[in-house]
Formats: sequence, structure tokens, C-alpha cells
Amino acid sequence: MTNSLHFRSVLVRVTVALAGLFLVAGSALAQEGARLEEAGARVTNIASLQSGARTFFNYCSGCHSLKYMRYSRIAQDLQLSDDAVLKNFATADARIGDLAMSAMPDDKAEQWFGKAPPDLSLEARAKGDDWIYTYLKSFYVDPTRPTGWNNTLFPNVSMPFPLWELQGVQTPVYAPAKPGEEPVVEKLELSTPGRLTPAQYDDTVRDLTAFLEYASEPAALQRHAIGVWVLLYLAFFTLLAYLLKHEYWKDVH
Amino acid sequence: MATAPVRIQPKNRVLAWIEERLPILSFLSTHTSEYYAPKNFNLWYYFGSLAMLVLVNQIVTGIFLTMFYKPGADTAFASVEYIMRDVDWGWLIRYMHEVGASMFFIVVYLHMFRGLMYGSYKKPRELIWILGMLIFLALMAEAFMGYVLPWGNMSFWGAKVIISLFGAVPWIGDALVQWIMGDYNPADATLNRFFSLHVIALPLVLLLLVVLHLAALHEVGSNNPDGVEIKKGPKGSRFGADKPADGIPFHPYYTVKDLFGVGFFLVICAFIIFFQPTLGGWFLEHDNFIPANSLVTPAEIKPVWYFTPFYAMLRMIPAKLPGVIIMFVGIAALFLVPWLDRGHVKSVRYRGLGYKIGLGLFAASFVMLGAVGAGLTSEYIPAWFGPTADVTTIENAFGRFWLIVYFACFVGLWAYTYFGWEKTKPVPERVTTHD
Amino acid sequence: MANEVVDPGRRRFLTATTSVVGAVGVACAAVPFIKSWEPSARAKAAGAPVMADIGKIELGQLVKFKWRGMPVFVVNRSPQQIATLPSLDGRLKDPNSDNTDQQPAYAKNEVRSIKPEWLVVVGICTHLGCVPEYFGEVKAEPFDPNWKGGFFCPCHKSRYDMAGRVFDGVPAPANLQVPPYHFVTDTLVQIGVNPQGAA
Repeated sequence: MTNSLHFRSVLVRVTVALAGLFLVAGSALAQEGARLEEAGARVTNIASLQSGARTFFNYCSGCHSLKYMRYSRIAQDLQLSDDAVLKNFATADARIGDLAMSAMPDDKAEQWFGKAPPDLSLEARAKGDDWIYTYLKSFYVDPTRPTGWNNTLFPNVSMPFPLWELQGVQTPVYAPAKPGEEPVVEKLELSTPGRLTPAQYDDTVRDLTAFLEYASEPAALQRHAIGVWVLLYLAFFTLLAYLLKHEYWKDVH
Repeated sequence: MATAPVRIQPKNRVLAWIEERLPILSFLSTHTSEYYAPKNFNLWYYFGSLAMLVLVNQIVTGIFLTMFYKPGADTAFASVEYIMRDVDWGWLIRYMHEVGASMFFIVVYLHMFRGLMYGSYKKPRELIWILGMLIFLALMAEAFMGYVLPWGNMSFWGAKVIISLFGAVPWIGDALVQWIMGDYNPADATLNRFFSLHVIALPLVLLLLVVLHLAALHEVGSNNPDGVEIKKGPKGSRFGADKPADGIPFHPYYTVKDLFGVGFFLVICAFIIFFQPTLGGWFLEHDNFIPANSLVTPAEIKPVWYFTPFYAMLRMIPAKLPGVIIMFVGIAALFLVPWLDRGHVKSVRYRGLGYKIGLGLFAASFVMLGAVGAGLTSEYIPAWFGPTADVTTIENAFGRFWLIVYFACFVGLWAYTYFGWEKTKPVPERVTTHD
Repeated sequence: MANEVVDPGRRRFLTATTSVVGAVGVACAAVPFIKSWEPSARAKAAGAPVMADIGKIELGQLVKFKWRGMPVFVVNRSPQQIATLPSLDGRLKDPNSDNTDQQPAYAKNEVRSIKPEWLVVVGICTHLGCVPEYFGEVKAEPFDPNWKGGFFCPCHKSRYDMAGRVFDGVPAPANLQVPPYHFVTDTLVQIGVNPQGAA
């Protein structure tokens, strides 16, 4: 049965090579994630996506669009009725097949913020879910900024903090500054509590992150479900092909 | 074996009629069931057929993507998202194409390494190797231009950097760059011409080269892990008294074996496509989900993983023209391997220790240069040498060391074989098998 | 291993099984490619139901609305135009609208509409897809001395009456198609959506 031994060694080698590949890929991400909090967002959790969508359309969609995302797709994927999506999420004159544009015209936005607020359709794919989660937890009051807000993850951010009434107000605690250097924010303290407890706020932001992750790739909902079947089929086919090969190669051995 | 053409005489009258006028069955038979390949192929011999499979995948998925993609600086990015969201199953077709591109390089790199390991570039297979290298060059151009098409920010800056390489050409550099771009920056015109080259010109070149690569292979016959020429060995086997004793018909024996390889390979591909389509930013980079912006360069600009070894060669040389030259020489040196290697033993199994070490060092230098090019070193240096470490100095020292190793392998190969330093083992008369 | 026995039956069985399983896989893999040609979400959104304001359409007048990129004719038929309809039955291919593909059940009646005065049809000739012209007046026309009002296709001379019913002896095989529609109010029609409760 040296043949099956050989087969096994092939398997082992390919597996090791693959594991190496993923290890490198994974550790590269982990390195970057050193200063980020883990979001733990689950795209497959529909309830979480629904809650995230509510937060997004209540607090974000005034300025930010999801210009590649259709309301109809949100309704379908988040298991909501078309009417509910139109009533709760869409701008006044929108139709169900429309793209989720923001309520704010771009030229006005540029006038108010200096630059148009970015579209968030692909934010989660560009920045990663941990980044979004951490970013939304890193705002603090800073009277030196025009908006009154600053962010430890994104210093001198131009966005005011729209979720402050949920989280409350964070104030910075500075590390003792070395002479001649700007003081560095060591940590943030919740000086004025918001409507939500810190744990509730974390959940809200996690749901919002999950929704943005979904919005950046709606196909993720489909591909996991289909992928399992494809892999099962291919494994079966490979097994058959192996048996067939083994059968024919009896001639050779 | 070497494709002595066979004539098939079909019993079916329609087929016979066709066969008399166009011997297509005879052709197929000559190249499959009458093509005798050594019976001792191992794991490394899967990658040629897998490369063919990926090529077919790229062509089929590419044809469909072309139906929905709109070249143009204003339309390209949105049309990719249109494919990802609005087109039924568009996401799957796009992921198959994108993962296919990376898998193509994995398979091709392993295929090339196989050639180096078993001396498949040596006489009489020099031309197969040269054609293969030309395929590799065409593939690099094809992949680069394909990478530009989504017109994300990495596409834009990748195009900018790669096209700027041509600016190093003395005298005409700047004019050449402008001519390639058709503008003063990568722009609509650049995207449009890259689209044309990516979807029609280079695929035609690739297909032609693949046909020639296979035609040349079937003329001289396949090499094998022992580097033994089965044509020169004894004759006579269960397949015929005049057939090489160590050969077996490609069909059915290697077709069924490759079918198994295909199944296994597809399991890996499907796993990536359905569960890790960006492979943590290695197959699709995060910054390419941001539309092209000619005013903001991404913080970590680097090419996709398969170009990183060559990109590192460029970066390790502290001057523009020499850097570009070193990079091109790094690729060109591979063309010369059949003539640099003066040894007569093909397979690494029977070659001297120096060759084995050299081959290992060569593979290591390629991987290490890749790590430098991908920015892994600059990421890990602070972790290993402390946060105050001088990343640039350490990285340059590391990268240049492996760059020297890379080129030393070529020079060493020549010297080792030219001056007769190599102590080879006796090559067996017949191929060896496991059992 | 050389003494392993070759079993031709097993070999045939495995070859057949692998071929069939492989063919099924290839067929399944073809499905996404075939499906990708279906109207995309964008096309579907663009082909969404449209609102037609019919308040200003005068008696005997035709107004075209665009739905899914196709012209939809809305005609405010006069009592005279309606009155001629039964008299034409003998000259038509399908006077009773028995071809159920050409109209929803709620428009399978003499006037082929929900309200007798309002004709709503897709303005595409059932022959080869040209847009017929509207000849609403009851008078002799060059193409028919006995014309009672209706539609005439310039491409291949097919004729339809004021209910979009095709005449006998012309190339067009079927009556003009009635799209799904319903009255939101007396002056507002939504094209593309059936009335509530109707299939």
C-alpha cells in the first residue's frame, strides 16, 4: 500500500503549504490589528444586521451614502418588507429599487465639511471591521477642533461624532508629556454618560459594523451557504477521481 | 513516443469521411493515448495541467466579466461593484477570475521550480523552457493589466509605478511613459488600452505560446523526476513491443491522474473563492476597494504578492536605472539557465550537493525577496528588533543579502558546472518507481 | 502490487460514475454563467412599476408611457369607439381574447380593460416588435376602407382594433399585450402591478 502512503504524503505536503500561506496572511492582519479592538461582528446574524441598519439610517445616512446598495437588496437580505425599508430607511421620494444615496447633496456637503462625506459602501472592505468598530469608540471632545470632536484612531478627523447621545461624552486623559512634545492621549474616560450603557453601546457599534460589512459585500451571505455544498461536491468528485486513478494505475504498478 | 503520428480509421462512415479529410481523431490520439510519458511522474507533475485548467477558467470567466465591465475612468470601478452586487452570480464569476489569477502564479511558479529541480530545461528541452519563460512574461503583463482594470486606488498607483519603470530608459524614458499612458498620468486612455490588451491581445499571445510550448514538449517527450530519457531506454511493454519500457500512454493513465489533481486543486480554489475571496488582502488588496485617486497614494503601496520578489529587487537598489536593470536581469537570467548549467545530469536526485544547496537557496531567496517586497519585513522588524530599530537599514541589509544570493545562484550554477566542481551520482538506466 | 487483478467491471463502473458526477458538476457550474444574463438588479429597478397620470388625457386621445423601456399606450376611448368593438368580432383572429398570454384575467373581456373607457396595452406589435401607430378616427384609411379606429403597424401592415385585438389576414399572430396595471385613484394608474387580489 505504498501508493496510499504516497497519496498521504502528498496530502500532508499540500496541507502544510496551505497552512503556511494562511499563517502568513493571518499574521499580517494580526500585526495591523495590534491597536484595534476586535469587532466580533457577524455578517450571518440577521438580527444584528437589522439593528445595524437602523443605526446606520438613523445616524449616518444623513451624510453618508451607500451608493452601490439597493433598498430592495437590503429588504431581501435582512428579511424586512419593502414597505418597512422604504418607510424607515429610505429618503422621502425613494423607490424600492433605488440606491441608498444620502440625503445630503455633494456640493452642500463640501460647503459644510470642506469635503464630501465618503460613500460607505465599501468602507468595511477598505478599512476592515475592527477599524470601524474601534473608530466609532474612539471619539473624544477636543475644543481645539472646529467640530469640537477628535478621534484617537483617526487624529484630526473632520467628522463630528453623531453617536454621542448614545455613547455619552468621552474626555481624554493625557500621558505625562515629555518636554517639547505634544501630549499624547493615554486613554479616554466617559465623563458624561449617554443613553446607552457602555456594554449596550458596544453592541450597537458591533451591529453597525456588521451592517457595514454586509453592505460592503452582500454576496457574503450567499457564498458561505453555497460554498459548503460546492466543497462537499468537489470532495466527493476528488474521491471518485482518486478511485478511478487507482483502478487504472493497477496496470502500471 | 516522440509523436510518431498514428492514423485512426473510424468504423463509423461519417467519422471516416471527416477523418480522411481532417485527421482530427488521429491528432487527438497522437497526443493523448499514443503519447507515451514516463511512468514515474510525482506530485510536481500536476502543475502543468493545472495551469491549463486555470487558463481555461480565466478565459471563460473573463469573457463573462467583459460582458458587464465598462472600461473607463468614470465607469470601471462602479461596473465592478455592479458585477459584485447587481448581476446575478456576478460575484462568483469575479471571484473565480480574481482567485484564478493568483492561483495561476502559484501553479506556474511551482511548475517552473519543477523544471529547475529535474533539469527539464536541459537539452533537448531548452526551447520548451524558453517558451515557458515567454509564457511567464506574457502572464505577468496580462496580470498587471488585469489588476489595473477595477480602477481602485491600488490599480491606479500600481499602473503609475509600473509604467514609470519605463521612464528609466535613457533618452526616451519620459516620452515613452507618456506614450504608454496616452496622458500625463494613468487615465481613461490608459485604462482603455490596457483593457484591450488584457482581453484580446495578450490572451491570443498566451494561447499561441501555450500551443508552441506543448508542441515542443510532444516533439521531444516529457522529462521525469529521474531525468532519464525513456526514449533511449529499452523498448517493449504491455502496450507494445516498440513502446518505451518506462513509458505509459498519457491517456488514460495521466488523464485520470490529472483529473484527481484537478479535483484536489479545485477544493482548495473553492475554499478560497467561497470563504476567503480576498485571502486577508493578499489576493484582493484592501486599498483597491477605494476608487482611484490621483492625489492620494495608498500608505502601503506594494504590488500583488506574485510580483513582490521582483518589486523587492527594484527597491533594494538605491538608484532608478540600475534598479530597473537589476529587476529585468533577474527575470532574464532565468532564460539563460539552459546555457548557464553545463552539467550533464538532469535530476536533482543525482546531482552534486552544491546543486541541491543552490536550488534551496534560490527558492529561499525568491521567497525572502517576496517577503521584503510584500512589506512583511518592515512589519516584523520592529517586533523582532524592538520599536526603536532602524527598519530601513535592517530591511535593506536583509533584502540585499537575498538579492545577492539570488544572483549568486546563477553565477554559482555556471561556475559549479563549468569548472567541473560538481560530483554527481550515477544516473540509473531506467526510471525508478516507489514500488 | 503487480499482481493486483484488473476488474473490467469495476473500471467501467468507476469511469461511468466519475463521468456522470463530473458532468453534473460542469452543468451546475454553467448555471451561474447562464443566470448572469438575466436582467440585473439595476435593470429590474429600472423596469419597476411606473405611475401614469391619466387625468389630462382627453376623449379619444392616446398617451404613451414608458415601462421597462417599452411604450405603454393609454387611450381614453370614446363611447363611439367602444360601441364599434362588438361589430368587428367576425374580422378578428382572437375576438374573445382566448390567448391568455396576452392579457391578465381581469382584462379578458370585450373591451380588454379594467374600466371600459381606459385601454392600457403594451404598444409593441406582436409580429416582430415594431410600435404600431394610432389611428383613432372611424374613417376610411388607405390600408382599410372600412376602418373603425385602432392601431396600424407600419412595419408589416398588421392592424388592431380599439381593444388591441388583431385583425385576421395580417402577419401579427396575437392581440396587443395588456400589462399588469391597476387604478390607484380615478386619475392615476400604476403600470406593472396587478390590482389587489388579482393574480
